Amino acid sequence: MTVVATHSDPPRRKRVFWTMDRRDSLVGYLFIAPQVLGICIFVLLPLALVFWYSLHEWNVLARTFRFTGTENYQRLLSDPGLLKVLGATGIFSVFLVVFNMSLALLLAVLLNQKLRGITIFRTLFFSPVVVSLVAWTIVWSFLLQNNGGLNGILQVVGIEGPNWLRNPTTAMISVVVVQVFKNVGLNMILFLAALQGVPKELYEAARVDGIPAVAQFRRITLPMISPTVLLTSIITIVGSLQVFAQIAVLTKGGPGMSTTVLVYYLYQQAFEFHKFGYGATLSILLFLIVAVLTFVQWQMRKRIVFYEK
Amino acid sequence: MKSDLSPRMKVAVYGLMLVLLIPFVFPTWWMVTSSVKPISDIFAFPPEIIPSRFDFSTYRQAFELQPFAQQYWNSAYIAAIVTCGTLLFSAMAGYAFARIDFPFANALFMVLLVGLLIPSEVTIVPLFQIFLGWDMINTHWPLILVPVFGAPSVFATFVMRQFFIALPKELEEAARVDGLGRFKIFWTIALPLAKPALGAVAIFTFLHSWNLYLEPIVFLSSPEKFTLPQALTQFTDAYGGAMWNIQLAAATMTAIPVLIVFVIAQRQFVEGLAHTGLKG
Repeated sequence: MTVVATHSDPPRRKRVFWTMDRRDSLVGYLFIAPQVLGICIFVLLPLALVFWYSLHEWNVLARTFRFTGTENYQRLLSDPGLLKVLGATGIFSVFLVVFNMSLALLLAVLLNQKLRGITIFRTLFFSPVVVSLVAWTIVWSFLLQNNGGLNGILQVVGIEGPNWLRNPTTAMISVVVVQVFKNVGLNMILFLAALQGVPKELYEAARVDGIPAVAQFRRITLPMISPTVLLTSIITIVGSLQVFAQIAVLTKGGPGMSTTVLVYYLYQQAFEFHKFGYGATLSILLFLIVAVLTFVQWQMRKRIVFYEK
Repeated sequence: MKSDLSPRMKVAVYGLMLVLLIPFVFPTWWMVTSSVKPISDIFAFPPEIIPSRFDFSTYRQAFELQPFAQQYWNSAYIAAIVTCGTLLFSAMAGYAFARIDFPFANALFMVLLVGLLIPSEVTIVPLFQIFLGWDMINTHWPLILVPVFGAPSVFATFVMRQFFIALPKELEEAARVDGLGRFKIFWTIALPLAKPALGAVAIFTFLHSWNLYLEPIVFLSSPEKFTLPQALTQFTDAYGGAMWNIQLAAATMTAIPVLIVFVIAQRQFVEGLAHTGLKG
């Protein structure tokens, strides 16, 4: 709006260099400068470097750093561990997203009922979100020990529980479940906000027409909250690829490599085996996976999201 | 509150919620109660849901085995600085992107959004090298600089921008007519109005910093520099076995203060989250 004002009055403004507009622009740049510079130094520069490093053989202990072109990438493709890692990452992410989203939706629907004391339930379901991540994981690790609380309780009711963290299948289930209960409260609240944003008239009209509750949920609720579902699914999937502390504390990637997800493998290669070049190559792989998933989901938005503000 | 559920449905909903609550609430209960059990009781069969004997010496031992008070302070002051820094820079950038017209604003905003899409795990290897070059390994600088300027604060900027866009312009325009400069307007008018958004950003920035785990174990190597999440995993005996009750006492001390703040301010937490611009 100020643009118009300056242009309509050119003769007097011409001599003043620091016009209202220019001063405004300067303030704008000053205000965003810390953020933009910070992103350049701490995100974009490292991203360029990670690509550069991935073209080198770099062993910190042996002090070698030499250009090897695509050698790391060839190694990546022939790495026998990589398939296992990608498999574990895929299984972990898929189970996590499906379990997280369905539980979040179920809890949100329950909490959307007008019942006495519902705020207390909401608070309790949300509470793990604010419990320190490692503290939460340690308690679960303690619960899931072979002689721990969970198997103790199971034994009381006459079930012989497995050694949860020492068996590949149950170890995977454990890391997924621990992560879901920790964070599902976030999605639950976002879904709850979305559910409360659905106009009541739609349900009233449906009720007048005698449409059953399940059909109302599928035909009204789901389409109306689909933008939130899409957004939370992106956040949840990208988040599932970043899970590190839970794996490090609960299973250390084991037994075998059954719970070694990509981030944990990257950490091992770079910071335990000191192969920075190969670690950088794995970082590029992680980056590509995140980028592709995000892109695909934004494309899907056009097809599945029914309603958008 | 009027419910449109039949009494039978009400009972079913309450029952279902009570069952579902178990995995959300029991671990915290188990953490607190196990931390005050003598070591001989923590693996007792049948499990003692309510402790029969108490041993509070675990809490003293947590401080003796590690510089736990120092580690507590490390986590607290790092989280405080990160939260203040993020609030300041994200409010400034969010305000500028929402309110000020300047050339290339959209292009610069896209640059920030790209930053948001790159998980910090991707850049951890070069970040290690950068901080090594700056002689900042085994200091707290990486744990402060990366969150304040990196991806987490971009998310905060995004939230602040959404908030300022929704804020009515009239108040500011009046002040502008009165000849108030942009900075004054931001500081005395826009920022005070942004308290709800700032509160939400503060809560999630604090939790993010408080929970960081990969970064501390990559950047820090001496126990007196450790942060809490890293310290919690170090309560082990000479054979690397976990000293469960001491570890759980330390975990309790880490978790309970935040949990208490949450229970007191749970409305701000939950509504802040719901209004972070994430919906719709």
